[in-house]
Amino acid sequence: MPWPLLVPALAGLAFLVLPLAGLLARAPWQSLPQRLAEPRVLEALRLSLVTATIATAVCLLLGVPLAWLLARTTLPGRRVLRALVTVPLVLPPVVGGVALLLVLGRRGLAGQWLYDAFGVSLPFTTAGVVLAEAFVAMPFLVIAVEGALRAADQRYEEAAATLGASRWTVFHRVTLPMVAPGVLAGAVLCWARALGEFGATITFAGNFPGRTQTMPLAVYLALETDPDAAIVLSLVLLAVSVIVLAGLRDRWTGTA
Amino acid sequence: MLTRLFPAVAAVLVAVSCLTACGSSPGTAAPASGSGGPASLTVFAAASLTETFTELGRRFESAHSGTEVTFSFGSSATLAQQITQGAPADVFAAASPATMKTVTDAGLASAPAVFARNTLQIAVPEDNPAKIESLGDLAGPQVKVALCAEQVPCGAAAVKALDAAGVEVTPVTLEQDAKATLTKVRLGEVDAALVYRTDVIASGGKVRGIDFPEANQAVNDYPIAALTEAPAADLARQFVDLVLSREGRDVLTTAGFQVP
Repeated sequence: MPWPLLVPALAGLAFLVLPLAGLLARAPWQSLPQRLAEPRVLEALRLSLVTATIATAVCLLLGVPLAWLLARTTLPGRRVLRALVTVPLVLPPVVGGVALLLVLGRRGLAGQWLYDAFGVSLPFTTAGVVLAEAFVAMPFLVIAVEGALRAADQRYEEAAATLGASRWTVFHRVTLPMVAPGVLAGAVLCWARALGEFGATITFAGNFPGRTQTMPLAVYLALETDPDAAIVLSLVLLAVSVIVLAGLRDRWTGTA
Repeated sequence: MLTRLFPAVAAVLVAVSCLTACGSSPGTAAPASGSGGPASLTVFAAASLTETFTELGRRFESAHSGTEVTFSFGSSATLAQQITQGAPADVFAAASPATMKTVTDAGLASAPAVFARNTLQIAVPEDNPAKIESLGDLAGPQVKVALCAEQVPCGAAAVKALDAAGVEVTPVTLEQDAKATLTKVRLGEVDAALVYRTDVIASGGKVRGIDFPEANQAVNDYPIAALTEAPAADLARQFVDLVLSREGRDVLTTAGFQVP
């Protein structure tokens, strides 16, 4: 292996992994079992897994068609659209949360109407957590899927079209199977991002145990009074995500 | 992925390890005042002191020419952790005696003095949609209430006040600090919240504050101390004196604090 690659690669690896080593070194191993058995921990973990998974489903439902729109059509202003899709990546998540409040809050542009017409108010609900997570995580999916679509050979789609397939048939019978690995990679990134989401969630959905308190929120508040508990919670979140992500890779993409 | 999974923990650990390294060399102590050269003073203060201490720092700088006052505002608990991990601070002003105690217990400060007290107010949106008048109104079934989480001082105070009044409130959210709680009121997402008087005043009229008698049961003391290992020990003492002086008390009372 050439050293101009090896040295920075190892430095990069160390940079990413060393903070984890710091957490492991400082973890209160002796009190770990009883801390993990606390109902609040399991509650927050369950909520995190459920909301991140639903948020990923929402992102797939909306994000794959959006990626297709960006990659396969000649819409005017596509460049601007693509830039707009990445806004949640650039926006500090807390600002994203405020923006969501301004639109979907009880007095928000659209939320006001939702509240008056249906009595629906999204902030401080589990649905609000899903929305905040989806908002922040969707760009990861869209960018991954768009990249996959651009890399895919369009001649297969053209062949299907010349054989009489409609655009919808081409999409779900030819395009989608071709870019499946890209969609999965995007979904995994999206899920991981949603699982770790903090700023938009606490701003838009608030923090209430069992309803909107996900693991990152529990970690943040634990840090105020009990840093050891915060480390334990972080390790749980890390362990669960690593297990899920490693498991996914083995099973469905064969790229372990 | 790693960078978002535990942002707060990672940030603190990184900060702590850096600060430990930076603070471990005793030879880097800043020159004390009066030596003629440029001097610097580092003050760690609770986030709720941002406005008042910035003003006091400005006055301190103009009274001690050549001195630069640097502030680190944040959650008292986080600041206390940073100090016990060796952060090179000269003065610590905390929003609760408990957080100051972690620093005095570590032998890094002695004889803290209470320089201000903060009391809670009910904060409501300007138009007060739920017609809140007293603490008891917060228990109404349709009333959306935001409180601070119990882990932070304003949340602990809120629990105390509600207990004293015998009022049982089901909040929709337990926010991470007083400012975040106030934001929910300002945007009209909740009908009421319990926050500090000073936060209501600092919001500049966007939010209405309502006093309630039970607030006296949950007064929050703010202690200040010059740190024993302060690199600029003389300046640290002088800054503490300024905060405790008549001038300091005036700045604090204008912002809505009570002074002992």
